[in-house]
Amino acid sequence: MKIAIASGKGGTGKTTVSVNLAAYMSSKYKIILTDLDVEEPNSSLFLDKENYDKTIISRMVPHWNKSTCISCGKCNEVCNFNAVIQIEALNEVVVFPKLCHSCFACSDLCPTSSLPMGRERVGLINHHFHKKFDLIEGILDIGQEQAVPLIARTIAYTDKHYSTDYIKIFDSPPGTSCPVIEAVKDSDLVLLVTEPTPFGLNDLKISVEVMRKLNKEFGIIVNRAESHLQLINNYCQRENIPLIAKLPQSRNIAELYSQGKLVYRIDPQVENEFMKISQFIEIKRAGK
Amino acid sequence: MKEIVVVSGKGGTGKTSITAALAFLSSEAITLADCDVDAANLHLLFGVKYDEGEEFYSGQLAKIDQNKCKSCGRCKAVCHFDAITESEGQYFISQIDCEGCGYCARICPQTAINMNDNMAGKLYDSTTRFHTPMVHARLGIAAENSGKLVAKVKEKAREVAVKNKSDYILVDGSPGIGCPVVSSLSGADYVLIVTEPTVSGIHDLERVYEVVKQFDLEAGVVINKNDLNISKSKEIKEYLQKNKVELLASFPWHQEFSESLALGKIVGEKENSTLKPILIKLWEKIKESI
Repeated sequence: MKIAIASGKGGTGKTTVSVNLAAYMSSKYKIILTDLDVEEPNSSLFLDKENYDKTIISRMVPHWNKSTCISCGKCNEVCNFNAVIQIEALNEVVVFPKLCHSCFACSDLCPTSSLPMGRERVGLINHHFHKKFDLIEGILDIGQEQAVPLIARTIAYTDKHYSTDYIKIFDSPPGTSCPVIEAVKDSDLVLLVTEPTPFGLNDLKISVEVMRKLNKEFGIIVNRAESHLQLINNYCQRENIPLIAKLPQSRNIAELYSQGKLVYRIDPQVENEFMKISQFIEIKRAGK
Repeated sequence: MKEIVVVSGKGGTGKTSITAALAFLSSEAITLADCDVDAANLHLLFGVKYDEGEEFYSGQLAKIDQNKCKSCGRCKAVCHFDAITESEGQYFISQIDCEGCGYCARICPQTAINMNDNMAGKLYDSTTRFHTPMVHARLGIAAENSGKLVAKVKEKAREVAVKNKSDYILVDGSPGIGCPVVSSLSGADYVLIVTEPTVSGIHDLERVYEVVKQFDLEAGVVINKNDLNISKSKEIKEYLQKNKVELLASFPWHQEFSESLALGKIVGEKENSTLKPILIKLWEKIKESI
C-alpha cells in the first residue's frame, strides 16, 4: 500500500508525520519510508545514518552532433519547450538541457540522427538501511530546476526494491503543482497535513481540490492543534472529509524536532494520535 | 526601483509573515508580488479579494479525436510520459500525465491528435487594504508550469511598480530550490532568506543559499524562532560567518506571529507590538545592504 503525506502549505509537519508514523508503525508492519521532497529532503535528518547505498540519477537529453547535421531545422520545429534552437546564420544547433523535458522528439525525428540522447545527472538516490525500517531519499542536485523526473525515479526505485506487502510512506513536497502531483498520483491514500491558521486552511482547500481532481482517497491530519481548531473542524465536516488525528501544539515537540528527534513516544496523547493514523491506514488497507 | 525576493528553502519558516510586516512598516512606496503561486497566502493578510483576474495560458495538452483515430497505437509507442493508455482498441491521453511535448500529435498518421492551449492559472492585479499595489496569482487545479506563472507575476509586478513609482518590489517566494524559486530569483537585487534553528532549517538554508550563490545575488538572513534551539542557532551563525553572509535579524519564538496570523493581521500591526522594533531595524538594514 502506498501512502503519500502531503500539504499545500510548507512547514505544516509533513516530515514530522512521515518519520514518526514510519517509526510507530514499524513495530507491527513492514515499512519503507521514501522522501520525495527532492528539493529539500529532510527525513534522513531524523534517523541514524548507519550505512547506505548511493545511486546517481540521470535523465536523457539530446547532444548535438555537428558533423552529421544538415541544418534542416526539424529539431527546432518539433521542440515545444524551446530547448533546441537552430541558429541558421551560424549553422549551429544549441541545446538547453534545463529546458528539455526528455520527450525524445528532436532526437527521434532528426533525419540524420544528429541529436543522440545522452545522460545528464539530475541528482542522487540514497538508500539507508536501518534496523526497524529503511529510508530512500531523492536529492536534487543544486542548480537543477525540474524535480519531477527525479521524483518519478525515486518512486520507481522504491517499487523495485520493496514488494507490495510493504506499507510505503512517501514524504511529499509542498505545494499544489507538478512535483506534488507526481508524488501522489500513484498512491492509494493521501494524508494531508495542515495547521489551524488562515494560511493552513486556504492551502488545504486547494490541496483538497487537487486530490479530488486526481480521484484520490484522502484524509486530514491537523498539526499544532490548539486554538482555532474549529477552523479545520468545520471545513472537514462541511466537506465530509475524515479528520484523522490532531497533533498538539507543543514547545516540547518543536524543540525535539529542532534537534532531529522523533516525538511519537513523548507522551500518551501524542502516541494515541499516531495510533489513530495507523488504525485509519489499517482500515483502508483491509478495504482494498 | 529595487527588487527584494524572500525565500527560505524550508517551508513554514515565516516568509509570508515577514514579507507582509516589512511592506506594512516601511515608509517607502512598495509593490507586493506573491510568487508562491502554488500556495499563495499574502493576500489573506492584506484583505485582498480575488477579482476577475487575467487568464494565463502556458503549455499545451494533447487530446485524441476519437472520430479520426484508427487505433494504430503509434502515439502510445512514442510517449515517454506514460500518458497514453489503450482500452478495448481505443486510445486515451491522461490530461494529468501529458507533458505537452506534442510528439504524438506530430507523428499521428491520421492527424487525430490536437494540441490545446492549457489554462495554467490566473493573474491578479489588486490593491491591499493599505492601498499598496499587489500582484498575485492562482495556479489552476493540478496545473503545471508554476515557474512560468511566477515569471508572469514578476513581469506584471514590474509594470505595476513603474506605474506607481514604487521604490521597492517585495517578492514573497516559494519553498524549495526548483523552477518556481529559480524563476522568482531572476532579476532580483537582493535576497532575504528566512530560516529557523532546526536540523531541517539549516539543511535547507544551505541548499537554497547555494542556488542564490549560483546566480551571484546579494543575500542576507533572518533567523526566526531563534530561541527554539540555541545551539542550532549558533550553528547557523557560524555558517553565515564562514560564507560571509550578513545576519540581519533574529526573531524570538513569539506568540505575536501565531496570534496575528489567526486574526488575519500583520505582525507589527497591533499596538505595543514587541516585534515591531526588530522589524523596523531589519528593513533599515536591508535598505543599507542594497
